[in-house]
Amino acid sequence: MELLELTAVQLSEKIKRGETTAVLATKAVLAQIEKTESVYHCYVTVDQEGALKKAEEVQQRIQAGELTGPLAGVPVAVKDNLCTRDLLTTCSSRILENFIPTFSAEAVENLEKAGAVIIGKTNMDEFAMGSTTETSAYGVTRNPRNTEHVPGGSSGGSAAAVAGQECFMALGSDTGGSIRQPASFCGVVGMKPTYGTISRYGLIAYGSSLDQIGPLTKDVRDCATLLEVMASYDPKDSTSVDRRGDIAKKSGYDFTSALVDDVKGMKIGIPRDYFGEGLDGKVREAVLQAADVLREKGAILEEFDLSLVDYAIPAYYTIAAAEASSNLERFDGIKYGYRTAEYDGLHNMYKKTRSEGFGPEVKRRIMLGSFVLSSGYYDAYYLKALRVKALIKKAFDEAFAKYDVILGPAAPTTAPRLGQSLADPIKMYLGDIYTVSVNLAGLPGICLPCGTDSEGLPIGLQLIGDCFSEKKLIQTAYAYERESPYGTKYHI
Amino acid sequence: MSKQYETVIGLEVHVELATKTKIFCGCSTAFGGAPNTHTCPVCTGMPGSLPVLNKQVLEYVIAVGLATNCEISHYSKFDRKNYFYPDNPQNYQISQLYLPICHDGGVEIETEEGKKIVGIHEIHMEEDAGKLVHDDWEDCTMVDYNRSGVPLIEIVSEPDMRSAEEVIAYLEKLRLLIQYLGASDCKLQEGSMRADVNLSIREAGAEKMGTRTEMKNLNSFKAIARAIEGERERQIDLLEEGKEVIQETRRWDDNKEYSYAMRSKEDAQDYRYFPDPDLAPIIVSDELLREIKSKEPEFPTEKMIRYKEEYGIPDYDIEILTNTKHTADLFEETVALGADPKKVSNWLMGETMRLLKENAMEPEAICFSPENLAKLIQLVDSKAINSTVAKEVFQEMFHHDIDPEQYVEEKGLKTVNDQGALRKTIEEVMARNPKSVEDYHNGKTKAIGALVGQTMKAMQGKADPALINQILQELL
Repeated sequence: MELLELTAVQLSEKIKRGETTAVLATKAVLAQIEKTESVYHCYVTVDQEGALKKAEEVQQRIQAGELTGPLAGVPVAVKDNLCTRDLLTTCSSRILENFIPTFSAEAVENLEKAGAVIIGKTNMDEFAMGSTTETSAYGVTRNPRNTEHVPGGSSGGSAAAVAGQECFMALGSDTGGSIRQPASFCGVVGMKPTYGTISRYGLIAYGSSLDQIGPLTKDVRDCATLLEVMASYDPKDSTSVDRRGDIAKKSGYDFTSALVDDVKGMKIGIPRDYFGEGLDGKVREAVLQAADVLREKGAILEEFDLSLVDYAIPAYYTIAAAEASSNLERFDGIKYGYRTAEYDGLHNMYKKTRSEGFGPEVKRRIMLGSFVLSSGYYDAYYLKALRVKALIKKAFDEAFAKYDVILGPAAPTTAPRLGQSLADPIKMYLGDIYTVSVNLAGLPGICLPCGTDSEGLPIGLQLIGDCFSEKKLIQTAYAYERESPYGTKYHI
Repeated sequence: MSKQYETVIGLEVHVELATKTKIFCGCSTAFGGAPNTHTCPVCTGMPGSLPVLNKQVLEYVIAVGLATNCEISHYSKFDRKNYFYPDNPQNYQISQLYLPICHDGGVEIETEEGKKIVGIHEIHMEEDAGKLVHDDWEDCTMVDYNRSGVPLIEIVSEPDMRSAEEVIAYLEKLRLLIQYLGASDCKLQEGSMRADVNLSIREAGAEKMGTRTEMKNLNSFKAIARAIEGERERQIDLLEEGKEVIQETRRWDDNKEYSYAMRSKEDAQDYRYFPDPDLAPIIVSDELLREIKSKEPEFPTEKMIRYKEEYGIPDYDIEILTNTKHTADLFEETVALGADPKKVSNWLMGETMRLLKENAMEPEAICFSPENLAKLIQLVDSKAINSTVAKEVFQEMFHHDIDPEQYVEEKGLKTVNDQGALRKTIEEVMARNPKSVEDYHNGKTKAIGALVGQTMKAMQGKADPALINQILQELL
């Protein structure tokens, strides 16, 4: 079996058994990048030299018995909005074209401590604003399943790198579906954990109250493993939740313990609202077939009305844009990043730097966010959106009083063709309908492959859980994956 | 001026807290570091960095809130105030607008008009900005973020004050309470306490408030008093001329004793305040409140009562000693070392105050230790030195906190108590000054003074004048 076809956990086991090395795995990934990157363009930066150096160091430590973790020696791709010490971090924006962080994100630190080897920084929608990875200032990423199509976004580079074997696993971030939707489009597993599970320290913020880092992997086992390695309580992040104590309520960090092939008695709710108008027929069919598989395995399925689904998109875009308009103020040409070449005074420098440094989608959201926060409109837009957010959380609370897991699609369609989406931003925003509520309510959600359409483009199944119930999601996803022809591609 | 006007004043007081580290990161708040040496990713607004509230800031602001009779919010939040300026690395300041930590309090002040309560609308926490330094030589502006993130509290009063005297009394009261809490040193000159004055006038008896202006850049109590007087007159002149007062922010120039309009309400910025999503809401438990309350120090009014009972020193002394926490502490600690309260008080009220005034220093700048003051009093008590020498030693102590025992020893300032030696010197002095001896015998008893003086001179001041007098009486 080809090295590149292994899952991350399988690769690490092989390395530890001495059947291959971290260096060979890194070289294999770099060779694959050499071969396919000119087409896919998954990366903004490939750190060939750094990765090989790190691989050698990690290999020695594995041989010395110092690194024994399940991801030791595994090449990983990191989304370009996660700070990496001494390695260019651009958020796929011109305004950070020269920004080299002095520190690494906490999640990246955790991963490096576990012996993973960073291959490079993946392409994304500029500042994570977009659903196609077409708003990047450094060119589009193509979907390895069909290169005429987008990989989804904003973590499109990460999803494509996993699908295209340009890494063994990847980190993404999810503010309104930015991990789950590209996972769906590229046919990989992606998870957004409960808000507060993975530290946001070092994640360049888009919508701070919604952003979470999460894994993009080849299978559910890798997903649970990568989550377990990255997640930690971090006092540097005030919104980090300490899940160590009170196991019953916060369920701990041992996510791999949920890799159990058993869904007997698992109560799964299917929201009718997620199967209404706008949902592609083939996607509906594939998702409902996946539901049948789980029913056959002993899960109890029931349809229900989630309500408020129509309000999620406007509430999400109001809150995310408001936070973004403030979060992106620091990019002003003063301290780091791009500064316009010629200017006349401070105000003109600000204006030219930001006009030239940000792309159109980022500007659109900064303007939207500034508007909803401005005096006289704050109550009507921002505060109202917060009230909608609270109501959505309440609707989910009621659902989780009845169900362990909610099942639905991750996106209404399969991956659109390149160049089809940006012309109509409202339509693009509506594509987030099944993912944004999860962020508004701070819930965990996982997406895994459950079919393909007539063109062979992947379809994703989304499972949503109550806060801190990642284990139920992992267990359900794992049980489905065992039976699914779509999830077995990488299994031995 | 035909009409009678009433001045209505409210204050926004910024106080820099005395924490060792900044409000949202672990960087030092110390003054005087080389530019950008007390900085980190958080206080320079690096992408990906996140703020975490310094617990000491919360404890200090709650202590100030309790001392000023405020209600403490059990649930409060930080908000972002958005505006672009290079001294503000994130281009938003983290402050509190919607749910401040303390609200609805007040302090009692006393002026010649009597006692009154000045209401406190709210107290909130916020971060200070960096400093811009313009380099004329290079024609560029540089920014130093050492100050960025230094914790501030803003105390917003109700418009309850009616005169400069009341404003000064209110500020002195705040300063005293905050200094006693140890929450800040409250130095106006150094900017650790800053006051912005909101002032309007209205015809005496009118209910409706006039249009107010906000005055900034007030660096001393005197400047505040002058600015209030100046602004009051400016507004009255406008009204008398039939013009309107414009709601605006003005900058006081204390040298010219005049204020300039900085910006009017029309071009006021929209700060687009909203709750900071990076900081969790602040939950203040009853337990934390109790803990802070239990650590509350003895305040001046309580101290004054105790000093009277415990030390029996005069009211005048008590008032001066308790006027700053530093002098009160120094007094108590010196007395605790066994020194006589009145004697300690005399040193602090007399020589100390004189030297402070002479050197234009604040009482907080007193550097000598209670141990050294107690030693000095002991040296005088045991007649080891006389009062003239004591004053000389004290001056050294005041400036350099020297150990008086060691100093007296090294400089050989000890009074000579060897009666034989003294007697010998006196005999020599009498022999050299037959005129004075004769005058004395002729009934001019005052002539003994000259002989005492000569003896002191011969002894280089190291003698007890009373003893010299006694021996002279015998010999004459």
